Amino acid sequence: MIEAPDLSYAALAPLLFVLGAACVGVLVEAFVPRDARQPVQVALALVGTVGALVTTLLLSGTHETTAGGALAVDGPALFLQATIAGLGALSILLFAERGLDPARSAFVASAAVPAGSPRDRELLTATRVQTEVYPLASFAIGGMMLFVAANDLLVMFVALEVLSLPLYLICGLARRRRLLSQEAAVKYFLLGAFASAFFLYGLALVYGATGSIRLRDIREAGLDGGGDTLLVLGLGLLIVGLLFKASVAPFHTWTPDVYQGAPTPVTAFMAACTKVAAFGAILRLLYVAFGTAEWTWRPLVYAVAIVSMVVGAVLGLTQTDLKRMLAYSSVAHAGFLLTGVLGLGAGGEGSGLAGTMIYLLVYGLTTIGVFAVLTLVRDGDGEASHLSQWAGLAARSPLTAAVMTLFLLALAGIPLTAGFTGKFAVFRAAIEQGAWPLVVVALLASAVAAFFYLRVIVLMYFSEPVADGPTVGVPGVPTTVVLAITATATVALGVLPGAVLDLAGQAARFVG
Amino acid sequence: MTLTYYLVLAAILFTIGAVGVLVRRNAIVVFMCVELMLNAVNLTLITFARSTGTVDGQIMALFVMVVAAAEVVVGLAIIMSIYRTRRSASVDDANLLKY
Repeated sequence: MIEAPDLSYAALAPLLFVLGAACVGVLVEAFVPRDARQPVQVALALVGTVGALVTTLLLSGTHETTAGGALAVDGPALFLQATIAGLGALSILLFAERGLDPARSAFVASAAVPAGSPRDRELLTATRVQTEVYPLASFAIGGMMLFVAANDLLVMFVALEVLSLPLYLICGLARRRRLLSQEAAVKYFLLGAFASAFFLYGLALVYGATGSIRLRDIREAGLDGGGDTLLVLGLGLLIVGLLFKASVAPFHTWTPDVYQGAPTPVTAFMAACTKVAAFGAILRLLYVAFGTAEWTWRPLVYAVAIVSMVVGAVLGLTQTDLKRMLAYSSVAHAGFLLTGVLGLGAGGEGSGLAGTMIYLLVYGLTTIGVFAVLTLVRDGDGEASHLSQWAGLAARSPLTAAVMTLFLLALAGIPLTAGFTGKFAVFRAAIEQGAWPLVVVALLASAVAAFFYLRVIVLMYFSEPVADGPTVGVPGVPTTVVLAITATATVALGVLPGAVLDLAGQAARFVG
Repeated sequence: MTLTYYLVLAAILFTIGAVGVLVRRNAIVVFMCVELMLNAVNLTLITFARSTGTVDGQIMALFVMVVAAAEVVVGLAIIMSIYRTRRSASVDDANLLKY
């Protein structure tokens, strides 16, 4: 006999908000006439994400488990849920931009029409949009928010799929360069499904070794007795599955292709929110379930962090496409984030958790900003993302170049920008735990990575503009709002980080 | 203990699936190999449910089946859309994005 678990609806309110909005969005697709769908869907998705953001803030201070212990509503979960909901709302605004593309949207008119067919060419200029992207994005945001709160491996797996499946689909919905976009979707899907199979096998082995999938029970069963090999194998497979989602090298091979092929607003969404969700789950898994066994996973994470920083920084140097360059930068940042993960001591003390959470917030805001600028610079075939096209951009549009410079400096971690706050927090935490060799590698990798960010700035300011270069579009209200918020936050978190640092410090305590 | 045989069989199936994903070239076959991996996990879960005497493993296997079905829907839709354009489901032909 299985008893129904107790549900605390108040604690689940953020999730209910965003998933509820997604379900209503599906109904809107079925019943609202096509012309009216776009505004209705945007409004719904914003209500869902902003509602979730507000409810997480109202819940702050909660420290409990609900749904029979399957969900943790604690400081880290709420902080990361608020981050995901906020960044998700910004992404939805980017999705809703109607002013930049001549056909009024970055998304395809009808995804089912084969790319390049006569019907497809006809629809290229149509203002119709596949408005399913909004409910799909809401489901993905719901999955991510569930992912960081999952206190049970099965819930974690279901959340992983709920966040991944919609992402696979919306990657393939670009209006222009549809073949690239579809190819990105296929690659992301096949590799993503492969990785989630590894996660699942890890789950099965851990279940076999400990007889439970609750994170707390796994910790209590501990790494002792005959179950050792199974448990270590299971832990390894679980970590591989999660590192894939976080695009940590050597599991990053999908990242550049998918970031380049997906529509730019979707790339912004994936780069920012998926990273927050994946690192939330990694932190919870490693510290709640395997906190007592940290010497089994510490060397592995240590090595992976170094590989990720080096691969991201070095390969980023060789890129000629901005979106690919930012993808390698995201691989390097995943390595920096792992430095913060290693900065959390046994039993959860140390500032690593707070540092990693700050870094995720900062990185998410900057990334959404940088991709939002990317959507502005266009040529006849959509976004002009080749580096050579950005030469002399400052002469054509000083404001765009200035905002881009701010975001690139933040990604490079220059003081007085938010990026510095994040890097300082994770590196300090790692040094406190004695991981200074890792910090030395991280600093060297930051220096290498700074080179390719600065190269773009030099290109924008000190190169002659190309003859028939791209035009800089005038953003509509949604993109302007996104740029204003992200730019302000990037400066504010760099100059006055105190309040957010305190908030993260108070939130940094896992339940059970 | 005889249950070990089931675990070994599941491990072999999982490995066959993983190797298949890496060496096969048709997107549909690659996808079938992923499904084989998921089913190997199901076998493992059921075996552990039997050995621990709880129903948890069986319930998890049901969850895995539902998720796998959802994955089939999404995956085949994506593979179909690219096949309609290219008339090929080979993963080697999808090579516009590289380096």
